[in-house]
Amino acid sequence: MMRKSGSTIIKHFKSSSVGRTSWTPKSPLPLTPSFPQIFRIPAAGDLSNFCSRRFESVNAEKMPDSDTTDRNHNQALVFPEGKVKFTPEMSFISETAEERECCYRVLDDNGSQILSSNYVEVSKEVAVKMYTNMVTLQTMDTIFYEAQRQGRISFYLTTVGEEATNIASAAALTIDDIVFPQYREAGVLLWRGFTLQEFANQCFSNKADYGKGRQMPIHYGSNKLNYVTIASTVATQLPQAVGAAYSLKMDTKDACVVAYVGDGGTSEGDFHAALNFAAVKEAPVIFFCRNNGWAISTPTSDQFRSDGVVVKGRAYGIRSIRVDGNDALAVYGAVHAARDMAIREQRPILIEALTYRVGHHSTSDDSTKYRPVEEIEWWKMERDPVSRFRKWMENNSWWSDKQELEARNSARKQILHAIQEAEKVDKPPIADIFTDVYDSPSSDLREQEKLLRDTIQRHPRDYPSDFPL
Amino acid sequence: MGLSRFGGLVKGLGVARRRPFATSTSSSSSTAAGGGTIVRGTGSKSLNLYSAINQALHIALETDPRSYVFGEDVSFGGVFRCTTGLADRFGNQRVFNTPLCEQGIVGFGIGLAAMGNRAVAEIQFADYIFPAFDQIVNEAAKFRYRSGNQFNCGGLTIRAPYGAVGHGGHYHSQSPEAFFCHAPGLKVVIPRSPLQAKGLLLSCIRDPNPVVFFEPKWLYRLSVEEVPEHDYMLPLSEAEVIREGTDITLVGWGAQLSIMEQACKEAEKDGISCELIDLRTLLPWDKDTVEASVRKTGRLLISHEAPVTAGFGAEISASIVERCFLRLEAPVARVCGLDTPFPLIFEPFYMPTKNKILDAIKSTVNF
Repeated sequence: MMRKSGSTIIKHFKSSSVGRTSWTPKSPLPLTPSFPQIFRIPAAGDLSNFCSRRFESVNAEKMPDSDTTDRNHNQALVFPEGKVKFTPEMSFISETAEERECCYRVLDDNGSQILSSNYVEVSKEVAVKMYTNMVTLQTMDTIFYEAQRQGRISFYLTTVGEEATNIASAAALTIDDIVFPQYREAGVLLWRGFTLQEFANQCFSNKADYGKGRQMPIHYGSNKLNYVTIASTVATQLPQAVGAAYSLKMDTKDACVVAYVGDGGTSEGDFHAALNFAAVKEAPVIFFCRNNGWAISTPTSDQFRSDGVVVKGRAYGIRSIRVDGNDALAVYGAVHAARDMAIREQRPILIEALTYRVGHHSTSDDSTKYRPVEEIEWWKMERDPVSRFRKWMENNSWWSDKQELEARNSARKQILHAIQEAEKVDKPPIADIFTDVYDSPSSDLREQEKLLRDTIQRHPRDYPSDFPL
Repeated sequence: MGLSRFGGLVKGLGVARRRPFATSTSSSSSTAAGGGTIVRGTGSKSLNLYSAINQALHIALETDPRSYVFGEDVSFGGVFRCTTGLADRFGNQRVFNTPLCEQGIVGFGIGLAAMGNRAVAEIQFADYIFPAFDQIVNEAAKFRYRSGNQFNCGGLTIRAPYGAVGHGGHYHSQSPEAFFCHAPGLKVVIPRSPLQAKGLLLSCIRDPNPVVFFEPKWLYRLSVEEVPEHDYMLPLSEAEVIREGTDITLVGWGAQLSIMEQACKEAEKDGISCELIDLRTLLPWDKDTVEASVRKTGRLLISHEAPVTAGFGAEISASIVERCFLRLEAPVARVCGLDTPFPLIFEPFYMPTKNKILDAIKSTVNF
């Protein structure tokens, strides 16, 4: 039960500059893949490698007898790779551009709208929903984290500091868009309607957990909400997301795939594999990278030496944007635009959302061991995406202190209740050890189940008692 | 015309003489011992292994519009011609080349399958499957289980040519099946002949679980038999007794079976009656058929090209000893590849040859 995101009026449209693509809203078109209308080919020459099929036959094109030369005496030659201009001057492309890629933002640090920005409007209804979801997410994170500290659940990881990346991106999608998360995107699932009880059930591994207690806490999944089950493996979801997007493309669905990954995940081979496949197959997939500065204890300076992640898009032929991940409106707008391009133009998009991981990596981590407490505190107090959005809401008179108190109290009560309930529920039945390995258990598994049941009967005290047999 | 069990040697193809090869046997016994659905008397054609596989792929794409075939170089027909004609017939949106990236190929296939499609991913040589190992073992094998059956990638089939080819060396000869048999959630299937390959591959593609299908490349051109032209499937996880005997049970798969059969024939001259079983599916494997045979014969010999240590023969041996210890007359014998990387010029020495098998048969029988 998910409504499409609110109105999409574009304000203060900026003119495009060389080499960049500005996005304009178009009236809904049938899904025929087309080249972008405003995309300016950089002045490097007649590069024919934008075509997906350069030659009609698989045989190499016949080479011309002599090189063609232009008025500047720069020779041009045709390779299987396409036509490129030649130069007699040896020069290397610099390892960095002169300036880093700019970061798109709509709200300044005090939650005031930057007047010159073009952004996608959100209605009051959507904004309130976004904000209350962020509040719920913050409250959920606080209480579940505490529950782990108290030994009530075995593990937890928070999205503290990254609430906008989760909620605002989710708000710009429709329920038909398939989400392939990494593991720090519980907010996306929350937005879609996963209940606090459902979150709690998974964390407590009880029999109501849709995952049947097989994975650690926070490994949520919901086929009903088109949110593919989380796995601890990093970046493996990325090429899978491309395959899923290709399916949407083939079925001409009005939907895209959104694959989330962190800065660390972009070092994995699967990131490279996925972006390359997505570009070649022209798959409607948004790669949303939460660059929060840390992969456990590894800062981005130990992760890569590029200008972050956004510049990698061009290497694969993928349109990309860098956004302020702590600016809910910027994230919302970028994802909205990306979705539109991904579906209408049938192409992948890369979004790098710069943000900061305020929390520890997980309950198994104490990040004060590798970064200064002052740094964490600064980001928490000065750059909190939730209070920034709150200020904007209050400036619009869409939120008040009274509502704030109500929202936080209500969330807290519900979460505590959900935890209490989840703790009471039985664990999943023993049979669930053996189901779903295959579509139906093999004879080996049936035999092993029988042997296990015999063992349990003989040595009941070896086993916890809250499992139905 | 009878259906031969391995296909026959196609004469005049300039085959490397180092490996003796079974000649066509026109036995009239049906090969559908495991309950296959081959209807006798329908149209059939003499096909080699790659053509039979090609036919299976044509049928798979024909019968399910949401099925796809992809991998390196599949568009023009593939380096072994298994995908000939598919792109022309079904279009390049359903049959396409991928970038050279096995982890991408399998990851992409998992995603496609997760959306309810049949994804037939080709890995060009089994030797190159390892970059995809994480996607296969950590992702495909666990996709259904870890999601509590909310999601699955059962539509995924990974095909790869495997095994010795006479001149393949380290990286065109490997038999990596044992690595995958250790991943619950996967199925591993290996055909011995064209007729088997077509029926087993169609079953793999249509099975609602991710399957790794290893094709014995040595047999791509050399193994020829009458293959029914229609759509048929052979059952998974059912072994097939392809030669009956009473003194010793031999278990193998793929190309190795024809070597084993030659050994069986020679053993017969010495009065040893050998029962030969094609496992066909290695995971989950048909223990009952092998057990029943060993209860009859009291002796077991397993042969595979892969190195002996921790090869799949070890699993078969351990399981059968558990079940049949008191019935066994002799230790279980394994005649396998050496524990070395596959050596090029030394291939004849590395391989589990007919005579190595024959010697092991005799010493097992005379234990």
